[in-house]
Amino acid sequence: MAMRLWASSTANALNLCRNNGAPTTIFPTFSIYSRRFSSVLDGFKYSSSHEWVRHEGSVATIGITDHAQGHLGEVVFVELPESGSAVSKGGSFGAVESVKATSDINSPISGEVVEVNTKLTQAPGLINSSPYGDGWMIKVRPSSPAEMEALLGPGDYAKFCEEEDDHH
Amino acid sequence: MIIPKASDVGLPFMNLIRMKGFSILQQLHLEERLLRTFSDNWCLINDGTNHPNIVMGISGKPEELIEIELVLQDQVPVIRRFTGGGTVVVDAGTIFVTFICNKSAICGLQPYPRPIMSWTGKLYEKVFQTYGDFHLRENDYAFGAHKFGGNAQSITKNRWIHHTSFLWDYNAKSMEYLKMPNRTPVYRLARKHDEFLCRLKDKMTSRSTFIERIISSLEDHFSLRTAQLDNTISTNDVPQSHTARLLTRQELERATRPCAVLSVQL
Repeated sequence: MAMRLWASSTANALNLCRNNGAPTTIFPTFSIYSRRFSSVLDGFKYSSSHEWVRHEGSVATIGITDHAQGHLGEVVFVELPESGSAVSKGGSFGAVESVKATSDINSPISGEVVEVNTKLTQAPGLINSSPYGDGWMIKVRPSSPAEMEALLGPGDYAKFCEEEDDHH
Repeated sequence: MIIPKASDVGLPFMNLIRMKGFSILQQLHLEERLLRTFSDNWCLINDGTNHPNIVMGISGKPEELIEIELVLQDQVPVIRRFTGGGTVVVDAGTIFVTFICNKSAICGLQPYPRPIMSWTGKLYEKVFQTYGDFHLRENDYAFGAHKFGGNAQSITKNRWIHHTSFLWDYNAKSMEYLKMPNRTPVYRLARKHDEFLCRLKDKMTSRSTFIERIISSLEDHFSLRTAQLDNTISTNDVPQSHTARLLTRQELERATRPCAVLSVQL
């Protein structure tokens, strides 16, 4: 119960979208390394390189997870592709800069970029404050919808994060 | 020549390339290629670069970071590299040390900026043992509160690079090319460059001693094998999508014009 209450307040803090008005189930994961909880949302799919995808109609929205932004630190710069460019499953489509480092962002699915979040140019910190909401990065028209099936569900991704942190 | 020791059994391999006076732009191109198209672990040590250069991080804006008029007047090349981090002036007094590793190369190391930075800090603690009050201060290498090494990284899906420019020596006049950056470490306390930095040559006996101690510290983690640059790759064979590049004179001149900057922002 306490965990559900915590998760709800985290959802509010992270400015998470609600799915048709219904509460979004959150799977909190605790990173021993960063000593913080990170959130994983129901209704999203996840890659092992810590990007998320939300497929709605003919468009899929992509960003990086709360786990990823927590490990990266304050994001100060984002490099994103142009609309119309192609992305491939597992391939890099851009980069974020944080704490002296650039980190590649990899697309969980293949397709064509139809929209880019231009707000991130002036406000890259949205990736930290709202990784599943205002910190979205690109919207893609998927070329192979079956690729979504191969991605991790929220429970599997939460477990993946905990195992990854436990091994280090 | 490095001869693998019996104690190296079980350690991952790392190729060691030693250079002297190599062009920093060519070094960056080489590093990006090794990071993105090779699968081995690498250490590059470049003992000084051939000409003074200014090197900015990937998001660096010349109008915010450098005294453009002076740089243009003195015709100092300005490079934007592919890693994050700040702006440095490099020359023959700079010693460059780069690690390029697979994510699995170091047991227990998470491939994120802070763990990688922390791991290098421990590696260099051994290098500088008995030479001074060495610390990893925020993201810099420092003796006490004086920085002598600046770091930058790039992390891909399966590999990472961490490279450092060490101030063996520097020309105080060259620091005039650099503005005080907007983003500085807390420990800098708004000090100017000459009050904030120190020279490694004032702490260690020789450049070769420094380099040999790096190699010795690395051998705790890797089985090193010497690689010859020419035999390994052609430095003229630039990767298709390299990011590090020289800024043109036109780009620098445009950056000095407030109207041009405003129109870009609009």
